Amino acid sequence: MNYIGIDIGSTASKVCILPEDGAPEFQVMPTGWNGKITSGIIYDSLMKRLGSLDDSRIIATGYGRISVAYADKVVTEITCHGRGGYELIGRNCSIVDIGGQDTKFINVVKGRAVDFLMNDKCAAGTGKFIEVMANRLGLTIEEMFDLAKTGTVIPISSICTVFAESEVINYMGEGKTKEDLAAGVIDSVALKVATLMQRKDLMDTIIITGGLSDNEYFAHILSNKLGRAVLPTADGRYAGALGAALIAREKQ
Amino acid sequence: MADYQKMWADLGMNLEMHDILCSVLPGAIGDVFLSQKNRPEKMDYFDFVLAEVHGVRPAELVKFREEGGKVFGTFCAYVPDEVIIAAGAIATGLCAGSQFWVPGGEKYLPANTCPLIKAMLGARFDRTCPFYRLADVYIGETTCDGKKKAYEILGTDVPMYVMDLPQMKREKDVKKWAGEIRELKDMVEKETGNKVTAESLKEAIKITNAKRKALQRLFDCRKGKNIPISGTDVILALQIAYYDDPKRFTQMVNTLCDELEKRNAEGVSVFPEGTKRIMLSGTPMVIPNWKLHNLVETSGGAVVCEESCTGTRYFENLIDESGETVDEMIDKIAERYMKINCACFTPNEGRFDDIIRLCKEHQIDGVIDQNLKFCQTYDVEGYTLEQRLKEAGIPVLGIETDYTDSDAQQLKTRIEAFIEVLG
Repeated sequence: MNYIGIDIGSTASKVCILPEDGAPEFQVMPTGWNGKITSGIIYDSLMKRLGSLDDSRIIATGYGRISVAYADKVVTEITCHGRGGYELIGRNCSIVDIGGQDTKFINVVKGRAVDFLMNDKCAAGTGKFIEVMANRLGLTIEEMFDLAKTGTVIPISSICTVFAESEVINYMGEGKTKEDLAAGVIDSVALKVATLMQRKDLMDTIIITGGLSDNEYFAHILSNKLGRAVLPTADGRYAGALGAALIAREKQ
Repeated sequence: MADYQKMWADLGMNLEMHDILCSVLPGAIGDVFLSQKNRPEKMDYFDFVLAEVHGVRPAELVKFREEGGKVFGTFCAYVPDEVIIAAGAIATGLCAGSQFWVPGGEKYLPANTCPLIKAMLGARFDRTCPFYRLADVYIGETTCDGKKKAYEILGTDVPMYVMDLPQMKREKDVKKWAGEIRELKDMVEKETGNKVTAESLKEAIKITNAKRKALQRLFDCRKGKNIPISGTDVILALQIAYYDDPKRFTQMVNTLCDELEKRNAEGVSVFPEGTKRIMLSGTPMVIPNWKLHNLVETSGGAVVCEESCTGTRYFENLIDESGETVDEMIDKIAERYMKINCACFTPNEGRFDDIIRLCKEHQIDGVIDQNLKFCQTYDVEGYTLEQRLKEAGIPVLGIETDYTDSDAQQLKTRIEAFIEVLG
């Protein structure tokens, strides 16, 4: 039996294949504009890899979870990130997940999400904000993080992504450097995420999952804002898919 | 819907625009209400009123006015219907619950005003709600700043009477509210030409208390393990409460309760055993706002209590019927209304006590505290509510939303996750 977790995020889709015995395998691809097409591509690749899905149990999660018609069950990304994050770190923890559309904060006890919080409808403090600002600065996300390391933070105070973009355009007009603006953008995201997290009680261990999970620089900035160590995780972007696969194995 | 075109034309409504509104109603009724399984039969009355929402009751009001009667339009659970009924007049709610009316309201109001207030002005000035056309006087109240200032705009072409609601609950505030009710009585007497007598007010109090008892009975039916009716159906009844003839409404709710009590005795539930029991607390959900009920009940939860002005705040606490003179009765009315725990008051500890008590009574697994976007008072109060519920060991999810469907998927994720966390 294979246990498969499929996490259709708003930006990237992640797959985890968990064999009965052995280590999990991960895949990642862009979600594109249509979750149904992406889930079809994942189906083909699973068929190619496993030959058949008869001996598999599949749980879908993420924003596009309902578009995975061949899933045995859907579970929300909160529960899956909680389970997957717990597996990655091996103990009770707080998880912060900077997603493409939502930023989630989850407290996990023994693999179970016991409390969570998500940002409201607004995109500030999410991956989308980082994406929009990198575009505005004419940089890839990786380039923006690299430049930020050498810049001096310019405070971006607008709480709305659209207004923050105008604020950045203003600064560009004033001739501020890309390094300083990049540092300002990252600092602004970290501040918003930290503010969200402080609405809840934090556990002793705090980890990052999702798209920024292996970004040590972001973990460092966020740690400074919180006054607490926030740990990056190597396979953190797969936490949702891994959690889904584990739940498929545990809750048959 | 039956043909009410002539009546709407006579009321000076914008027929073309109103037709668009009417055309989406059957689909919404089908999706939200008729798609539910095993509904109580006696919901048929409320389904009928909903299907004819701008027709059947307005036609009654038209007839009443032709016979010389006066209609008073109200916006809030704080306005005492008793005084209006005692003067032989009719109190009716006014439209404010659909996104359809929001763009109309934004022509007059800042975009960061709550959708309820925007819809209120849009429905009025777009001329797409018959109730606004039928009211001889609008009665507002100083609950929140948004409404208070919007009344200044709303009152430009229909008499707008505003009651000054105190914002604290000291003894002198209750007295002040009694004074406001006395002045309301004078205004209603002048407008109708009818005197409010001890006899007529006593009778009016009996009518509204009977309505409160019927609604309490409806909520009592949702306290046991067996859930005989969906929250989606209950919220519809509560919404209609603001518009319907009080005596008929009371009778229909009691008839529904007969069926629900029978269902409870026979173990007939509309949800599978173990469905998580959810309370929706917070801002009012006025017709046709069924968004959160629908989302919760299609995400594996059951709404078994509403702590809102379209819920317990509307009917809890009866008026003490021991008053004999008009003055005594008005004092008793003021005492009852001042027990409503609206977030416009400070402090508002009573609301937290109510919610925790209701959680016990209704065996609640988790509270969803919903806030209409830009409703500052409930939004700010959400923080303390969360602390209190945490101390009481009751899980809570705070949600901020408006009348649009644009956030439905994001809300669904939060609600499904909340139900999983309860699980």
